[in-house]
Amino acid sequence: MSAPQVALLHDGRRLHLQHGPIDLVIEAFGPSEEVGAAYRQARERFEKVLMELVGELGMLRTPISDRRPMPEGPIAYRMIEAVWPHRDKFVTPMAAVAGAVADEITDILVTGRDLEKAYVNNSGDIAFWLSTGAELRLGIVGDLLRPSIDGTALLTHNRTVRGVATSGWRGRSWSLGIADAVTVTAPTAAAADVAATLIANAVDIDHPAVERAPASSLDDQTDLGDQLVTLAVGELGTASRGEALDAGEAVAMDMIRRGLAAGVVLKLQQDIRAVGDVPVALPASAL
Amino acid sequence: MNEIVRGNADDAKGDGVLTCDACPVLCRIRPGKTGACDRYGNVKGTLTRMDPLIVTQQIADENGELVAFLPEQEDWDGSLNFQSPSFVTGIGATTTYPDYKPAPFIVSSHHHGVDMVTVVSEGVFSYCGVKVKIDTDRFIGSEAAPVRVGGEQIGHVTTAEYGSQMLALGGVHHLTGGSKKEGNATCQAMLQLCNKHEIEMTIDGGATLRVQAGEPPVIDGEREERMRVGCGSATIGMFALQWHGHADEVIVVDDHITGVLTEHQSGKLLDMPPAGIRVRGRRSTPGRYFQVAEPGSGWGGTDITEPLSIIDKIEPGVAWPGLRLLMVSTTGEEHAYFILDDDLQPVSAEMPSPLKVSVDRIAENCEPALATVLFMGGAGGSLRAGVTVNPVLLTRSVRELRTRVTCGGAPVYVWPGGGITLMVDVTRMPENSFGYVPTPALVAPIEFSMPHAEYIALGGYENHIKPLDEALQAGSRAVRPLAWQGNNPWPLAERMALEDT
Repeated sequence: MSAPQVALLHDGRRLHLQHGPIDLVIEAFGPSEEVGAAYRQARERFEKVLMELVGELGMLRTPISDRRPMPEGPIAYRMIEAVWPHRDKFVTPMAAVAGAVADEITDILVTGRDLEKAYVNNSGDIAFWLSTGAELRLGIVGDLLRPSIDGTALLTHNRTVRGVATSGWRGRSWSLGIADAVTVTAPTAAAADVAATLIANAVDIDHPAVERAPASSLDDQTDLGDQLVTLAVGELGTASRGEALDAGEAVAMDMIRRGLAAGVVLKLQQDIRAVGDVPVALPASAL
Repeated sequence: MNEIVRGNADDAKGDGVLTCDACPVLCRIRPGKTGACDRYGNVKGTLTRMDPLIVTQQIADENGELVAFLPEQEDWDGSLNFQSPSFVTGIGATTTYPDYKPAPFIVSSHHHGVDMVTVVSEGVFSYCGVKVKIDTDRFIGSEAAPVRVGGEQIGHVTTAEYGSQMLALGGVHHLTGGSKKEGNATCQAMLQLCNKHEIEMTIDGGATLRVQAGEPPVIDGEREERMRVGCGSATIGMFALQWHGHADEVIVVDDHITGVLTEHQSGKLLDMPPAGIRVRGRRSTPGRYFQVAEPGSGWGGTDITEPLSIIDKIEPGVAWPGLRLLMVSTTGEEHAYFILDDDLQPVSAEMPSPLKVSVDRIAENCEPALATVLFMGGAGGSLRAGVTVNPVLLTRSVRELRTRVTCGGAPVYVWPGGGITLMVDVTRMPENSFGYVPTPALVAPIEFSMPHAEYIALGGYENHIKPLDEALQAGSRAVRPLAWQGNNPWPLAERMALEDT
């Protein structure tokens, strides 16, 4: 069985932690000895993360209901915390796993350290920490196949946002919807993670160009049961795209009203929409 | 480590489901599916590493921020073109060993208006080895001493080079010439080293090493921090002026050449009077001594822990009471300061600050000690037949630099002489570029890039050439874009330097 892997990336600045399906890229900014100490803290915590989650996997794969589970691990607790406000929908705590790991590692990374800022990127779900006055500028890649910076998000200390997550049918996890990508900013990465998942699920329409299959037929690890997940999305007309995005936007607006998300960017084929507090410079077509 | 993954068949059900034991998630994987990580899958009942075909891309924006929003996304319908220049690597390309068929991917792309062809394959290297350079002056083992993993010999200690010890691992004798166990141990050790994982090796009559490409070596549990600044004599030459006036004698302890300042040419030039402190060992030239002690993990790669033990005698009438003696190792890690008392006995004293500064400066000028790993393999065999019907033409084209060879996009050094024997720095290749087959042999990506016309002239498989876009669509879930490693030259550039500058 493989042990957690630790490496500095080639730039010598970023830390890469990997264990099983968890893949983190971490960068802390500050005096080098503080950054080094922060990385050691993160690494030490990371060693236990996967085992800790695996120990409660059964609970974490169970859809959340009004009966709130009492997990032992701090990451499981973050996951429950993040999905709890969404228990009126079908969602399992696993919808927040990537964000919750990023949040936990970020907390451990900065505790007791004198840093300017830091982020933990868990395969696209990102938690970050800012000291007073600090800013983080993130590039947004609209099209994975054309990796260029389409927009930038300026994340500032004075906002409540400390997490960013992206979900969509093209991503690593199965989606019930057809959005290419839904990017959400929220107070924590776990909150952003679950919000992005649920909004991406809601960007949907019945259309012959959408190919679906029961999750259970594709993946034995899935927590989605027999629900239909998206395999491919063919060309959609303007009206169909609009209808699907409207459905997603309604869910996004509801979450923003309830404080569960701050800003949401939805992308479906050539259409892109932004709602809520989106501190980004996006192509003019989105605004 | 993680490559030795068995996967346990779930016999009770008889449905071919495997339980992956690569990580604690223990995914149950049905035939044809992958686990939660997408890294391991069930291929016909065998747990298999699912390395996607990796496409490295030249991305204009090199500030690294791209990573932040690039989710790990491995499937798309292939309907879009790459805008960034793309280079298809051999990783995950699979192989057609024994190579009587055209290589799995023969890809053409336009570069600066020239139609380029890249032949992408994963080569099965039955003839391959690993050269490891360990930056250390400590004794790790005698030349030619066997290097073992789990008791099996996987190679040997070879030459000592500048500030470093070389290991030669693998090679056909250990891979296939010995017992099956020896072959497997050798194959796994090389696989781990090439995939940039740490392994532990023991050397007969020497040290236990923990080595990982691009990381400081750990020798007998001690992490090597720095390379020596130079041999003892060179150190004297570099620092004599800084010591002058603050010490009457400086002895730089080094396993290779121990330097004695007042006897050394540098001391003579500074008109320093002889100090009358004689060190053990065999004098080479004035002020330079071989073999002052045995090799070991003490001062300057010797077995010395008590520096005064290398002093043979202190000559009355030449040495004088109050003489200030500095002893230091070639990394500055070990140092001591003495003053001779009235009986000319050295008495330990606190080091004056100018000397302390010079000692720190020795340390500061030592480069970080690393273990570095070069994969060496021969593509001279049938692998060439996957590229062209007339293999020797490929060899010649490579020799004449009309065809560029890369491994996972990384530049290689092609050894002169027959065949295509290449060496590549594994740290310049994408993560987990290497695999293995049970022969045992390593599987490594290899790409041959050349102008289209050259490929046809070589007797290439013209009918099998696919445009880049099409190759990228080939297995929609199997292509993974990666950012180009900034310091690797672009293989399709007009001229590709063998070494980066």
